Amino acid sequence: MNESQHVSRQFDDDLGALRTQVLEMGGLVETQVAAAIEAYSSGEIGSVKLIVETDRKVNEFEKTIDDDCAHLIAKRQPTASDLRLVFGITKIVTDLERAGDEAKKIAKGVRRIYEAGQMPSQYGIGVRHIAEAALSMVREALDAFARLDAELAERIIRADADVDTEFKSIVRQLITHMMEDPRTITTSIDIIWIARAVERIGDHAKNIAEHVVFIVEGRDIRHPPKGNRA
Amino acid sequence: MPSEKHSENLIPQISIRNLNFYYGRAIALKNINLDIYKGKVTAFIGPSGCGKSTLLRTINRMYDLYPGQRAEGELIVDGKNILDKDVDTIELRAKVGMVFQKPTPFPMSIYENIAFGVRMHEKLTRNQMDDRIEWALTKAALWGEVKDKLKQSGTGLSGGQQQRLCIARGVAVKPQVLLLDEPTSALDPISTMHIEQLIHELTKEFTIAIVTHNMQQAARVSDYTAYMYLGELVEFGKTDDVFVKPQDQRTEDYITGRMG
Repeated sequence: MNESQHVSRQFDDDLGALRTQVLEMGGLVETQVAAAIEAYSSGEIGSVKLIVETDRKVNEFEKTIDDDCAHLIAKRQPTASDLRLVFGITKIVTDLERAGDEAKKIAKGVRRIYEAGQMPSQYGIGVRHIAEAALSMVREALDAFARLDAELAERIIRADADVDTEFKSIVRQLITHMMEDPRTITTSIDIIWIARAVERIGDHAKNIAEHVVFIVEGRDIRHPPKGNRA
Repeated sequence: MPSEKHSENLIPQISIRNLNFYYGRAIALKNINLDIYKGKVTAFIGPSGCGKSTLLRTINRMYDLYPGQRAEGELIVDGKNILDKDVDTIELRAKVGMVFQKPTPFPMSIYENIAFGVRMHEKLTRNQMDDRIEWALTKAALWGEVKDKLKQSGTGLSGGQQQRLCIARGVAVKPQVLLLDEPTSALDPISTMHIEQLIHELTKEFTIAIVTHNMQQAARVSDYTAYMYLGELVEFGKTDDVFVKPQDQRTEDYITGRMG
């Protein structure tokens, strides 16, 4: 990745401002996800409203950053690493925004569970575990973007497979649980929805990591052929 | 990055091997090795003084006109090293045509501007010549605009039309290769678009090498891009690759505007 300066300082400033905005947006999404996990564990559903409100800001960020990218392309016709950065950013913000949506889904699911007076059963404990993993993937993906670190990005991509495996195992456990005790079906389904949202957050973090690899190295590593997964 | 995109059948129209060029004692091109592929557009980019125009001028031996300039190495066109002393430059320039930065219409009628070069190489009847003029002007996307005023002076046309007239003049002798040296730098954006569209059309029949200072133009019109710096060929590759993921840091710095 090219860190030297452009002849046009204004171009440097524009690109720098874009990157800062992506990191600010990412920071918001990270707090959303962290707050949603916390609400799930503690039952403090007061934060749900905040998570939903934050989502509006995240959405605004997506629109602003995309708009800035469009203007930058129109004005500067970026090429090579600059082009990959701008192109990568428009994709990263899409994944960030969707990760934010998933955090909102988690928050709403948590509210349903606790308002119904239910508590996540012992089978719901695994969710907390993958949620922590997904949160750390989001943090590291943002880190990889901030430092343009392709190696870190590739580690995140590998970590996603663990989250996926654990998600499937949670679903299996909950299905068994529901069969044993049909009264838990409503809560269990909510927990499955939450686990699903967590798993999706991991996917979005992975996508962001893939975009980082593209930005840094120009390699498109999405959708590897079967048997050849990173 | 080499990829399956390279698998198409590429035939070198011009092969440049170990080419050095000197202006007196100053070396302007250093050991250039490059193939210009048949039916493709190859763009030469690089900062002023990098040797890209010199390279273009070498391909049709334009430098012959200036004492003290000489080239070493091989420049193979049609299996023959055109740098050899016994090469007929008139014949060569019919095979390898050139269009310059500023339109250079002759001070004669539109018709004669084109017929002049054709007469040097071929004996045509009046009817054949009329057909050739129409064909060349059609190729240059100018026929519709000038067909009713072929007797008028070529210098009375607009800048963009004059440049297309020069391209018509170039194609009229049915060359294999057209060399374009910054063909649009003196033109307005719409005329530039006309020329770029024309370049695209012309590749069906001709091989094109273009020197341009406009990087976006190189990206738009060319299949292959060569980046030159200080007389050296730094990078040569598919335009799609060079503008997204150049291999050499110097190319990257130049095309992203980080050089200064």
